[in-house]
Amino acid sequence: MLVTYFYNVGHRTISFFEDVGRASVTIFNAIFNKPEFVRGTARLIKQIYAVGVLSLLVILVSGFFIGMVLGLQGYTILSKFGADQALGELIALSMVRELGPVIGALLFAGRAGSALTAEIGLMKTTEQLSSMEMMGIDPLHRIIAPRFWAGQISLPILTLIFNAVAIIGGYLVGVVWLGVDDGAFWGNMQLSVDFREDVVNGIIKSTVFAAVISWIAVFQGVDSIPTSEGISRATTRTVVYSSLCILGLDFFLTAVMFRGT
Amino acid sequence: MKAESANIVEIRNLHFRRGAKVIFDGANLDIPRGKVTAIMGPSGCGKTTLLRLIGAQYAPDAGSILIDGKDITTMSKKELFHMRSHLGMLFQSGALFTDLSVFENVAFPLREHTNLPEKMIYDLVLMKLQAVGLRGAHTLMPQELSGGMARRVALARAIALDPDFIMYDEPFTGLDPISMGVLVQLIRLLNDALGITSILVSHDIHETIGIADHVYLISNGRVVGSGSPEDLMNSDDAWVRQFMQALPDGPVPFHYPAQSYADDLWGPQRC
Amino acid sequence: MKLNRFEIWVGFFVVLGIASLLMLALQVSGLSNFYNTESGYEVKASFANIGGLKVRSKVTISGVTVGRVVSIALDQNQYGEYNALVTLSINDHFNKIPEDSSAKILTAGLLGDNYIGIVPGQAEEYLKNGSTLELTSQAMLLEDLISKFAVGGEK
Repeated sequence: MLVTYFYNVGHRTISFFEDVGRASVTIFNAIFNKPEFVRGTARLIKQIYAVGVLSLLVILVSGFFIGMVLGLQGYTILSKFGADQALGELIALSMVRELGPVIGALLFAGRAGSALTAEIGLMKTTEQLSSMEMMGIDPLHRIIAPRFWAGQISLPILTLIFNAVAIIGGYLVGVVWLGVDDGAFWGNMQLSVDFREDVVNGIIKSTVFAAVISWIAVFQGVDSIPTSEGISRATTRTVVYSSLCILGLDFFLTAVMFRGT
Repeated sequence: MKAESANIVEIRNLHFRRGAKVIFDGANLDIPRGKVTAIMGPSGCGKTTLLRLIGAQYAPDAGSILIDGKDITTMSKKELFHMRSHLGMLFQSGALFTDLSVFENVAFPLREHTNLPEKMIYDLVLMKLQAVGLRGAHTLMPQELSGGMARRVALARAIALDPDFIMYDEPFTGLDPISMGVLVQLIRLLNDALGITSILVSHDIHETIGIADHVYLISNGRVVGSGSPEDLMNSDDAWVRQFMQALPDGPVPFHYPAQSYADDLWGPQRC
Repeated sequence: MKLNRFEIWVGFFVVLGIASLLMLALQVSGLSNFYNTESGYEVKASFANIGGLKVRSKVTISGVTVGRVVSIALDQNQYGEYNALVTLSINDHFNKIPEDSSAKILTAGLLGDNYIGIVPGQAEEYLKNGSTLELTSQAMLLEDLISKFAVGGEK
């Protein structure tokens, strides 16, 4: 019994390292290939469209609503202490530092990450990757690299848009609807939000999340078992692993970046 | 080019296993240049695996695979990609790139491997499509094609770079008789007109022996019969006879190995 | 051409991203102060203590916002006392505020923000750009109040 248990634990550990190793090699090969600028750019643009532009709607709508909810909740709580002027500060700080990068990344994992995995998995199932390889073209280079980079570029941009829209949403609810003073809203926000400390750190966070999500999504696609069940599992794994990684990493990044402020 | 040997592909003592399952156990094959060679065998005997081994998508556990006298098992990645640009492969599903039009699918290998001007690519693609009779369909997307048409487009794509040999993986599976007839014709015609070598993996006996010059039969990881189609049809080897004449029972039993039927039904391990 | 559509959308996407970055930089984190659309005239007032007054705090008359705090600086008068010199920008619409008005620092609620309340005087002359509000009363500091209570009865 005990031996079997140890055997299983050992086996899992080894296969975990095997997975991480394979994923690293995949991404390493995909990224560090000599780039072709003219053709590469056209492909990248197409992928940024698929990954970034198509995620725009969900980011805009949810950002707007999250900002409005923050405005409403924040107002009810802050006005109890007569501190409703701090509403702008509350919304901006929580969005820029925390909610923007994290919720943006979670939405991105659900919308674009799963689509990436499914697309690559389907290409594998329909032998498109194999046939490309047989044509003497490296699918890692041709298929994986532009998708990875598109994810890496798109998420930070989406996060910026997400933050901006949420703050506008909060402004509409807080100032236009609930009547918080306009100057206090922006003034307190500008006093407490620091560009370097908060905005740039938020961008760094979302860049890290983008790398992790794109990596997981692309690798799960390449590594999926080429059946319809295999793809659905790989897609689920992308969303679950990405979400866990985002939340876990967020804690560490926050601890490093905002400790003491 | 160096003096050409009679065989474009030579496989010696091939061993390959996947997990615990032995797929090849010392197989030897020669693919003669300029001929249509068919590789036949029951489902799951490793025919498709063989094509992937020739294309070096899998590495054998032992043995050598020589293409044009060069051992592909010892090639670097760069040499491999160069070698692959000289071979075409038609996948079972066609494997067209679903996000590209028919034209772009055929143009794909040309764009990736050459720096030809756009006009020349256009002409070449239409010539290849004309060869498979689908010049009029070049603006369609793969989703709009029937199975037979998709496979013909894939064939046009496979011959886009004028390869030395083409491998067909189960090209007749799931096609209606007309599409199948067209494809059978095409394989033979392309082989003779372009002077290329064809390797045809299939278990559709009638279509295959109709166009093959040479046939290999594979079972249990070994070559169990080879020769011209007529030789094999008239073979007195029990296994070859069962396969070629599609007999339900023979050396290959109808039943998967199991314990006694009676034990299964009335034995002690019932649940 | 087909690719064009992608390029347009991606271009739009990137421009939207840059616009958001600009908004976060200028409007949210106040990286630059050139965002100032209200036109007004500037009036100075010095206070012994401004408490939690901040730049962009509001200036009110009878509770109606008439302007903003533009800058806060430390000033030393001729007796060597330190004072906070606050510059207010008052909207051009409110150009009939008597010159002898007084300025108080008030608090919104018990713990809220500080702001300036102007109590209009009687003079015929009005405040104009560069005027100074002479009568000021400092911020009511919670700490001071508490310490007064703690010491007890001392007025």
